[in-house]
Amino acid sequence: MTSALAIADAGVRLGGHEILRAVNAEIAPGEFIGIFGPNGAGKSTLIRAILGLTPICTGTITVFGVPAGRANRLIGYMPQSRVSLEGTALSARSMIAAVAAGDGWGMPWNRRGLREEVDRAMELAGVEEYANRPFAVLSGGERQRVGLAQALLGKPQLLLLDEPLASLDPKNQMLLIERIADIKKTTGTTILFTAHDVNPLLGVMDRVLYIAGGEAAIGSIDDVITSEALSHLYKTDIRAIRVEGNIFIVAAEGGIIEAAHHD
Amino acid sequence: MINQLTEYLSYDFVRSALIAGSLAAVLGAIVGYFVVIRRVGFAAHALAHVGFTGATGAALFGISPLNGMLVISVLAGAMMGVFGNRLHRSEIAIGMVLSVCLGVGTLFLTLYSGFAGQASAILFGNIFGVSWHQIIQITILSVASLGVLLLFSRKLLFASIQPDLAEARGVSLSLLSVVFMIILGVSVTLASQVVGILLVFTLIIGPAGIAARLFRGFWSGTAASLVVALAAVWTGIILACATNWPPSFWITGILFVLYLLVEVFSRFVLRLER
Repeated sequence: MTSALAIADAGVRLGGHEILRAVNAEIAPGEFIGIFGPNGAGKSTLIRAILGLTPICTGTITVFGVPAGRANRLIGYMPQSRVSLEGTALSARSMIAAVAAGDGWGMPWNRRGLREEVDRAMELAGVEEYANRPFAVLSGGERQRVGLAQALLGKPQLLLLDEPLASLDPKNQMLLIERIADIKKTTGTTILFTAHDVNPLLGVMDRVLYIAGGEAAIGSIDDVITSEALSHLYKTDIRAIRVEGNIFIVAAEGGIIEAAHHD
Repeated sequence: MINQLTEYLSYDFVRSALIAGSLAAVLGAIVGYFVVIRRVGFAAHALAHVGFTGATGAALFGISPLNGMLVISVLAGAMMGVFGNRLHRSEIAIGMVLSVCLGVGTLFLTLYSGFAGQASAILFGNIFGVSWHQIIQITILSVASLGVLLLFSRKLLFASIQPDLAEARGVSLSLLSVVFMIILGVSVTLASQVVGILLVFTLIIGPAGIAARLFRGFWSGTAASLVVALAAVWTGIILACATNWPPSFWITGILFVLYLLVEVFSRFVLRLER
């Protein structure tokens, strides 16, 4: 069986700086992978490399057996950037409809097949109840689900979610995670999910990919989120402390590296 | 009242004004909708100012103000499209370039003395002075711009709403940006023929801004933008005939009153502000 995503010795240089070097990961179809690491570690860069938006300088990345490249219809993507349409009444539905087959020529008129696809994505993402309300008045959690619906258009096999929890409160984080776990269950989609904090995702992830110092470690939570494995990645003394089912990652000489930290 | 209307319409210059005004309104309304959702209103304003240099400088080279402005606005638009995002972060640079453009435009006005009388026509519009030759040119320009815009409109809407996803889907953001800014340059030039360079903002942003604040879909929004733009231009021209006050005053006035009404309505009834 071909893996959903195979990353072999992938390295990325941006503006002369080495962002990633020799990243290796083999991800099976249907897996839920959490991607973690400090700010600027290269989580978004890895996502962009899988999308073919950032070229890799070494190694290979293949998505369902095909080399990573632009406009791969098997990939659904929820970018980290948040659009703002303050002052306009454009509805959540219009925002999603605009993305459906948005790369085509001509006018943005959606035929029935596409309208049904928009409805399906909205139902999966849980957008229907506020589909006709202006995007500008939606809460952060509701807006994120609009982004999720946009990513789900076209029935992707691999879903790349870049920091979907950013700027959400804990309750909305849990709601969004549950929704995404449901989507994985009902559609069998492979999910790559970047986040700052491992804790909200502990119950839903199959494996973790931890990026630090340009390198990555992939494996089960118990294998990767450990003092030894993280110290090796960070090249400094790191402690992964488990407290009441939560994991806190701290530098030995003090200072929390990853805990409930969100922009 | 009907008699009055038929009398106005019997004049050639009124009919020309209505045709030229309608063409500029249609293009402005649709381009404006994208200006609003792409948040490039400032660029529209900037293109008009840069166009002033072209309009006044044209006389020195013996070409018409319309052509002069067209060339300069389209070139400036293409450059803005190329530099794209970097421009958003350089307000001071843009401000300086705009000022020097107006300054050079003033110099051109002085150098070409016979031309000075046209300054107010360029700045505030002279829709009643549009010639048939210009109408043909305006028709060709607006039909061509609309055609290109409609061809690109699906990609443009996608890229405006979710640029990162559009890029991942293989849409070239930089190409779209250049194409759109060139079309904006043409629209600004045509709109300036109706309301003048200083008031271009109303005709590009006004109808689309009003429509986008009320309507929740792309199609209802652009349709409403079209209706508002045509209604404002036609009413403005007719009221100008009836009062002898400038059409630019009426068009900007009508759009401003509509904007105020919609602003109040969307704030207190739709509760668009959170």
